[in-house]
Amino acid sequence: MSILVNKDTRLLVQGFTGSQATLHSEQSIEYGTNIVGGVTPGKGGQTHLGAPVFNSVHDAMEAVRPNASIIFVPAPFCKDSILEAADAGIKLIICITEGVPTLDMLVVKKRIDELGIQLIGPNCPGVITPGEAKLGIMPGSIHLPGSVGIISRSGTLTYEAVKQTTDLGLGQSTCVGIGGDPIPGTSFIDVLKLFEADDQTTAIVMVGEIGGTAEEEAAEYIRDHVTKPVISYIAGQTAPAGKRMGHAGAIIAGGKGTAADKIKKLQECGVHIAENLLQIGAKVKEVLG
Amino acid sequence: MNLHEYQGKELFAKFGLPVSSNRVITSADDAAKACRDIGGTKWVIKAQVHAGGRGKAGGVKLISSPDEAVDFSNHWLGKRLVTYQTDARGQLVHSILIEECTDIDQELYLSAVIDRGSQRIVFIGSSEGGVNIEEVAENTPEKIIYEPIDPLTGPMPFQARKIAKILGLNPEQSKQFSKMLPQLTDLFITHDLSLLEINPLVITQGGKLHCLDAKISIDSNAIYRQPEIQAMHDPSQEDPQESEAAAHDLSYVSLDGNIGCMVNGAGLAMGTMDTIKYFGGAPANFLDVGGTATQDRVSKAFKIILADPDVKVVLVNIFGGIVRCDLIAEGILAAIEEVGVSIPVVVRLEGNNADLGSKILAESNAEIVSLNNLEDAAKKAVELSQ
Repeated sequence: MSILVNKDTRLLVQGFTGSQATLHSEQSIEYGTNIVGGVTPGKGGQTHLGAPVFNSVHDAMEAVRPNASIIFVPAPFCKDSILEAADAGIKLIICITEGVPTLDMLVVKKRIDELGIQLIGPNCPGVITPGEAKLGIMPGSIHLPGSVGIISRSGTLTYEAVKQTTDLGLGQSTCVGIGGDPIPGTSFIDVLKLFEADDQTTAIVMVGEIGGTAEEEAAEYIRDHVTKPVISYIAGQTAPAGKRMGHAGAIIAGGKGTAADKIKKLQECGVHIAENLLQIGAKVKEVLG
Repeated sequence: MNLHEYQGKELFAKFGLPVSSNRVITSADDAAKACRDIGGTKWVIKAQVHAGGRGKAGGVKLISSPDEAVDFSNHWLGKRLVTYQTDARGQLVHSILIEECTDIDQELYLSAVIDRGSQRIVFIGSSEGGVNIEEVAENTPEKIIYEPIDPLTGPMPFQARKIAKILGLNPEQSKQFSKMLPQLTDLFITHDLSLLEINPLVITQGGKLHCLDAKISIDSNAIYRQPEIQAMHDPSQEDPQESEAAAHDLSYVSLDGNIGCMVNGAGLAMGTMDTIKYFGGAPANFLDVGGTATQDRVSKAFKIILADPDVKVVLVNIFGGIVRCDLIAEGILAAIEEVGVSIPVVVRLEGNNADLGSKILAESNAEIVSLNNLEDAAKKAVELSQ
């Protein structure tokens, strides 16, 4: 198995004809992903990268029955695009775009929760099930089909974890980038739940960073509900307080959200800690024996 | 992005919240007139900087003559105010707020933030105002209320009554607060705030609620749709390199060490800083060149890093996912030529077109150490920094 995406995923690309969407859609198609169409309002009827372009998600829904959507539209329009996909009945929505206003996400999150939709992101690299489907902007070549499930708030840091598990021959079941924003569509816990239930996944790597308390909440969930070994690395051990470190969510506020606090909590809950990002792969290998 | 107190109070007034009548001056020549315009015999004069702890640092004073306002302004304008929240250099004072003096009966605390846990705007209130709220939360948690606002309904009157109870308001004040809560929420949403803090919110001797301070932060992601807020931006309160970086869409945070870092991706940038520290070095900065790093952006990033005189070596760590390593390699070479880099540069390229990128660097005449393993690259940078 694997989680969220596989070879049966029928992907719709929102903002299809834009330059970033085009670049990454080409790479996804090359990886073997089944892109059934795209949406760019006003360009319906055209063909792009060999797939049909529609004016709306609803039109696409009727014509090509996508079961997942990936969003590349600029940040000011993401709220609309996510809610459009939700309204059209798509149950897995991946929003790559960075810079979505937090108050937009506040409303979007409430709505998608009501509708039971899995939104990944925004501000994330997407989801890949190696050898089956790539819904995102990660470099496909570093992945290897295998047994490690990876969840991360950071894009490039995920790639490090991927590369290390690939180099050690472990490979990945699915890699999910949940994004670095304060209000992500999907939490660590949502993905932990899926990995715990997935037969292919034998160990889980959780890459966290400073800011908020998502890692602490995940730690408690792991202690109470996850039987598979979890290995974690927390970025930002050297970050100063009160400064936003790139990601909108990566800020130590009022002494809360430090790497040290997160690591302590994770250790208390039985999570294996990779002290440095270079040791993620080695730690997984050690834990799996 | 943060606002000055006087800007925050302008917004408060616009949304109908009670603030003192005031004047903002940027020259000591206007100080006496400002006092006379406000009227009365006592005023509070406050240096405007983006930091708390101004009172203890001498940046806030109660005065009883216009002459004192002139003296205070002469003393502070153009100087830097150092508080426990600033760095050792402090923040530049170029504007001063003069307010009519409020007779205080009681100091309370009120703020609103976007709470990640509940994914709501949450109001935080306490009967203990004018003090550090983190300490109140630690020592007397029963004196604090956290009240989340449902995005569907907005703030309800019963919620105002719940907060009023913890604040210890009488029925008259509670009624006044029921009016204020929707006004504050309206302000929060209309201007895309990430933080709104009134510390202290006071009860005057006349028994009325009054906003004595205003601390406002705006969600950086939403600045594009806040033209009025954009106009309030004060670059003098920010680190000059950080402002320069922001102008080029790069996220940069200056740190105390001597190893300049240029990394793609915020998480990896933090991870790189941690790795440098792990091998005994000290990062000079956090810098994320972003997912769409063009040659131009990389050049700009280089210039910003090299503007820090402490930097002895630059470590470039790129894991090409979105960004192509050959573009980064060209950007590095162009920048080195343009800026005239005289310190060593260690480059680690991995991912998308990494081999091509390394080849471009190897074939150049520039003095670059190119290593495709992060451990080796970090160790090398640390070695060169010592």
